[in-house]
Amino acid sequence: MDYSNLRRQAASMKKSLFDQGYLDEQFCQVEDLQDEASPNFVEEVVTLFFKDSGRLMSNIEQALEKYPRDFSRWDAYMQQLKGSCSSIGASRMKNECMSFRDSCGQGNVEGCMRSFQKVKREHAVLRQKLESYFQLLRQAGPAGAATRPVM
Amino acid sequence: MAVAIETPFHVLAVDDSLPDRKLIERLLKTSSFQVTTVDSGSKALEFLGLHGHEDSPISVQADQQEAAVNLIITDYCMPGMTGYDLLKKIKESSYLRDIPVVIMSSENIPSRINRCLEEGADEFFLKPVRLSDMSKLKPHILKSRCKEQYQQEQHLQSNSESSNSSNPTNENSSSTCSNSHKRKANDDEILPHATRPKHS
Repeated sequence: MDYSNLRRQAASMKKSLFDQGYLDEQFCQVEDLQDEASPNFVEEVVTLFFKDSGRLMSNIEQALEKYPRDFSRWDAYMQQLKGSCSSIGASRMKNECMSFRDSCGQGNVEGCMRSFQKVKREHAVLRQKLESYFQLLRQAGPAGAATRPVM
Repeated sequence: MAVAIETPFHVLAVDDSLPDRKLIERLLKTSSFQVTTVDSGSKALEFLGLHGHEDSPISVQADQQEAAVNLIITDYCMPGMTGYDLLKKIKESSYLRDIPVVIMSSENIPSRINRCLEEGADEFFLKPVRLSDMSKLKPHILKSRCKEQYQQEQHLQSNSESSNSSNPTNENSSSTCSNSHKRKANDDEILPHATRPKHS
């Protein structure tokens, strides 16, 4: 009884992540790869993503400081981050990455700085939300995993 | 003599991004491939048996590696050696060039795609790569296997004909394909070593 309630909560949390645009269809693709052989696959990939994106973001942070107006360098770093976001379906974060790249293209330093703050914010928010989600899933038990949201 | 191939095909996946490596590995395993992942083009070449100088691989290992990798799938944007650079090196290697290569990229840039295809890439996947993309891989492997098998059969055929002349006649010693045709006609007469055809 308790479990089905938790599962419902997890499903509802996931649905709202999609509804609010934090996640997109690619996240479902990743979930589809999870099975009994790889029961924690999604969480493992997401963990790797946050580790990797943390590193990429600190590269960008350094580059913004150390290489002023080096838009092609900034863009190259952000391209990597955007690719990573894309791979797990981190939609809002990806959009902010794209904004940043637009600003690079326009040679707009202010725009880059602003966008980067947004990227950082989206990163932090997504991390917190997904951590809660996985925690809930764990509490709900193995059957609570991988239910597609009603879109 | 068609033998059913039981062992799964072996794919070498190259990507500098850790989450992407994990994803491609899972995609491939889910599609019944045996997978090796590396994080750079140079590590890929090492695995394939090429150290430094392209055309002189470490021979023993290289034979094994060559036989073992049926397809290479690589990210385009990587620091140091890009996927395109890797593709070029593979195609320049006389013994690796027949391994099909697939390029992945998160950027949809037609000139980039064309460049890769022109350099000999068999397929280009836009990232994020999906499960449905995996079904495109086997045809390329099978195609290159057919080619390899055909070439091996050709080689064996011309070998069995030329081994029949550890053979006195000088004109045959500089052996080319055309010689082996000639040799066929001479078979019955010349051969001390070869198994004799049934004579009366």
